[in-house]
Amino acid sequence: MIRLERRPEPSRLWTGVTPVLAVLLTMIVGGIMFAALGKPPLEAIRTIFWDPLFHPQFAGYSRPQLLVKAGPLILIAIGLSIGFRAGIWNIGAEGQYIMGAVCGAAVGLAFYPADSALLFPLMVVAGALGGWAWAMIPAVLRTKFGTNEILVSLMLVYVAENILASASSGWLRNPEGQGFPGSRNFKQWPAVFNDELVAGTGMHWGVVAAFIAVIAAYVLMARHIQGYNVRLTGEAPRAARFAGVSPVRIVFLCLGISGALAGAAGLFEVTGPAGQVSIDFGSGYGFTAIIVAFLGRLNPFGILLAGLLMALTYIGGELAQLMLGLPGASIQLFQGMLLFFLLATDVFTNYRLRFARRETA
Amino acid sequence: MDDTLLRLRGLTKAYPGVVANDDVSFDIGASEIHALLGENGAGKSTLVKMIFGLVQPDKGEMVLEGKPYAPSKPSDARQSGVAMVFQHFSLFNALDVAENVALGMETPPPLRDLARQIREVSEAYGLPLDPRRTVGTLSAGERQRVEIIRCLLQEPRLLIMDEPTSVLTPQEVEILFQTLLKLKSEGTSILYISHKLEEIRTLCDEATILRLGKNVGTCTPRDVTARQMAEMMVGSSFAAPEVRGGEAGDVLLECRALELPAPGAFGTPLRELSLEVRSGEVLGIGGVAGNGQDELLSALSGERLAPAGAIWFKGEDISRKGPVARRALGVLSAPEERLGHAAAPNMSLTENAVLTAARRKELVSGGFIDWAAAKGFAEEVIARFDVRTPGPGVAARALSGGNLQKYVVGREILQDPSVLVVNQPTWGVDAAAAAAIRQALLDLAGQGAAIICISQDLDELMEVSDRFAALNEGRLSRAVPVAELDIEKIGLMMGGAHDMEVAHAAG
Repeated sequence: MIRLERRPEPSRLWTGVTPVLAVLLTMIVGGIMFAALGKPPLEAIRTIFWDPLFHPQFAGYSRPQLLVKAGPLILIAIGLSIGFRAGIWNIGAEGQYIMGAVCGAAVGLAFYPADSALLFPLMVVAGALGGWAWAMIPAVLRTKFGTNEILVSLMLVYVAENILASASSGWLRNPEGQGFPGSRNFKQWPAVFNDELVAGTGMHWGVVAAFIAVIAAYVLMARHIQGYNVRLTGEAPRAARFAGVSPVRIVFLCLGISGALAGAAGLFEVTGPAGQVSIDFGSGYGFTAIIVAFLGRLNPFGILLAGLLMALTYIGGELAQLMLGLPGASIQLFQGMLLFFLLATDVFTNYRLRFARRETA
Repeated sequence: MDDTLLRLRGLTKAYPGVVANDDVSFDIGASEIHALLGENGAGKSTLVKMIFGLVQPDKGEMVLEGKPYAPSKPSDARQSGVAMVFQHFSLFNALDVAENVALGMETPPPLRDLARQIREVSEAYGLPLDPRRTVGTLSAGERQRVEIIRCLLQEPRLLIMDEPTSVLTPQEVEILFQTLLKLKSEGTSILYISHKLEEIRTLCDEATILRLGKNVGTCTPRDVTARQMAEMMVGSSFAAPEVRGGEAGDVLLECRALELPAPGAFGTPLRELSLEVRSGEVLGIGGVAGNGQDELLSALSGERLAPAGAIWFKGEDISRKGPVARRALGVLSAPEERLGHAAAPNMSLTENAVLTAARRKELVSGGFIDWAAAKGFAEEVIARFDVRTPGPGVAARALSGGNLQKYVVGREILQDPSVLVVNQPTWGVDAAAAAAIRQALLDLAGQGAAIICISQDLDELMEVSDRFAALNEGRLSRAVPVAELDIEKIGLMMGGAHDMEVAHAAG
C-alpha cells in the first residue's frame, strides 16, 4: 500500500524539480494528445518548443516575439505572486489589465496629437492607476463585507470586457477610422508609441518594467518587512495578527500591487505590440499569468523563467497551428496541462511516498 | 503480582534517526493502576501507540491475558478489550454527546438506547454527563467524560489514559480519580500516563519510568518521593526554582473592567475583567481551559483592541494600541498555541525571530530586515534556552513541541520586557526544560518586570506566582496572595463546582 507521509520540512529539492517534471509530463501527455488528434507528436513538440527559437525560416520573426509575449506575462505574474503568497487570490488580472489599457489609452488620447515626452509616462501612470482602481473593488468588498475576492475579481473581468467593447466601438473609437471599431493607432503617433528599444529583440518598455519588477519583487519579498508581512499572512494568519500585521492592509497592498502591475502591462501592450485599443487586444495574458506565477513557484526569478517558457508555448502554439494544423484549443489544453501537472507534482514538496511494509487497512 | 493482564517483552520501535523504544519490558497486573512516566520524547506515546495498535513494534512481543497480542489497528485493540482516552479529544463541537459517542462505535445502537446507556454508565461511575448536550458547550472536563464513557461502553479490560488531568479543576480531578478507583475495583486495569508526580503517588499502584526510550526502573509510587521519581525521569537531580525575595514595585499593567465580546461561536467573552500587576511580581492566572485564557492574552497582546480606558500601562491608556505599539512600550506576550499563533510553522527560526522582535531587537531598519542580526538573535535564543535544533535555519514545524515552546518563550524573555504575558509557558515541555523556563520567568521578575502567567497547571502557578487569580467564564476572581491559598480554595475560585450538577439537574 502506498501512503503519503508529511515531510517535517518542505523539500528544497522537490521545489526545484517539480516545474521541470511538470514540463516533461506535459510534453509526454501533450504528445499523446497530439497523436490522438492524428498529428505527429514529436514534430508537434518540436514545433512548439524548438522551432520558435531555432527554425531557419521562422525564428527571425518569432524570436523577438518571445520577449513581447513574456513581458506582460511576467509583469502581471509578479504582481499576482505577491498576493498569492499572502493567500489573496486575485483571479481577475485580465480585467485589471484591460482597465489599465483603457484608462491609460484614454488619458493619452485626450491629449491627441500632443508631442510631449511626458505624455507616455503619464499614460503609464494612468494605466497603472486604472488597474489599481479596478483591483480596489474586490479589496474594498472583501475588507468591508467579507466577500470572496476570487469571485469578485473574476466577475469583474467580464465587466471590464464589456467596458472595453464599448470603448473600442464607442467613446475611444478612432474618429478617422471609417467607423471601424478600435481606437487611433498608437504606432502612428511617435510621441507615445511603445516601440522596440533595440530593433529585432522585441524589447519594449513593458519588458524593461517586467525585469525591474522581478528584481523589486525579489527585494521586497526577501528583505523588506512588508514582504515579510505578506509571507507571514499567507503562512499563518493568526501569527501575523499576533505580530501586529493588519490583515486589511495586506489585502489592499496585495490587490493594489497586482492591479497596478496588470494595468501597466495593459498600457504597454496597447501602446506597443497591439497598437490600439480593440476588442481582442488582450490575448488572455491576465489568466495565463496565473499559470506563470505558479509555474515559477511564486518566486520572482522562477516567474521570469516561467514567463519565457509560457511565451514559448504561445508562439510555438501559433506556429503549430500554422504548420501542422493543430486546433487552437489544443494549445490552451497544453498550457492548462502544465498547471495541472505542476499542482499534482507539487504534493511531493510537502509529502513523500511511503510503501507500507504491512497491509494495515 | 502473578495475575498479569498485559505482559510487554522487549518492545523496540525505531524511527529514522531515533530509537523511540528500546527493549522495553514490563507487566501490567489485573486490577492495577499502572503509571507510565517520562519526559517528553522519552517514548511514552510510541509505547502506548503500540499497545493500542496505531504503530507496530519492530521487535518484541505482547501477551494479553496469556494470549499473544499483536494489534494491527485500533479496532483490533478495542476488540481485545483495550481502550484509550487521548490527551487531545476527537469530538465534534456541533454534535451532541450521544451522537459523538455513536460516531466512535462500529455498530452503534439507536440513539435513544445509546443515550440511556450513556446515562447509566455516567451514573454508575459518578461521571455526570447529559447525553443531549451539544459538545461545543461542554467544559474540557466534561469533554473528557465523553471520551471516557465512549471507552467504558466497550467494557474494556485495559484503559489507557494519556495525561488526563492536564485540563481539569481539582474537583474534577477528584471525580476522575474516584471513577478510576471504581473501575479498578471492578477488575479493569488502567495505564496512566502523566507528568504530575503527586497525583501518581496518590492514585497509582505501580509506576514504570521511561527515559530516552528505555525502561529505567519500576517503583511503587507510594514508597518513594516525587523528587526521587523526577530524578529517575530526568536522570539527574534538577533544581527547583529559587525563591526570590524582591518586593513588588509600582503597578505596570492594569485592566479596568475590561469587556470584550467573544471572538467566535465557541469563544468566551471577557466580562468586567480587572487586574493589576506590579513590577517584580508574578500574577498567576488559573482556570480550566476555554474560560477566556486565549481571549485575555489576545486582549493584552493587542491582537484584539479593547474599548478605550480598559488597559493601562504605567498610567497610559494602551487599549487602542496594536501589538507593534505595545511591544515598543515593553508589553510582550507569548500565546499558548505555538504553531500558527506564536510561530509560523513553515518559516525558519530566524524568520520567526523577526515575528515579534523586529522592533525591540532592531532587526529592521528603514523597512529592510537585517537577516544577519535576526539570525544572531535566533541563535542567542537557541543557546540561552537550550533549544534542540540543528540551527536557526530550520522550519519551526520541524521542532518538537517542547523545543519550540522554549524558543517562543525565550524569544520574548530575551527582549527584556517590562510586562510579559505568557499562556501555558511550559505546556508539553519536559521537566528540566519547564524548570528552566519557570526560572527564567522568575529571574525576569527579579529584574523588575511584571509577569502574568496564565496556566492550567496549578503546581506551576503555585511555584512561580506571588498572587493567584482564576478565570471562570471570562470573569477573573480577585487576586489572592499564594501564601493564603489551599487546594480547596483554588478549586472554588476556579468555579469548577458549577458543572458537577449538570447530570442531576437534567436527569
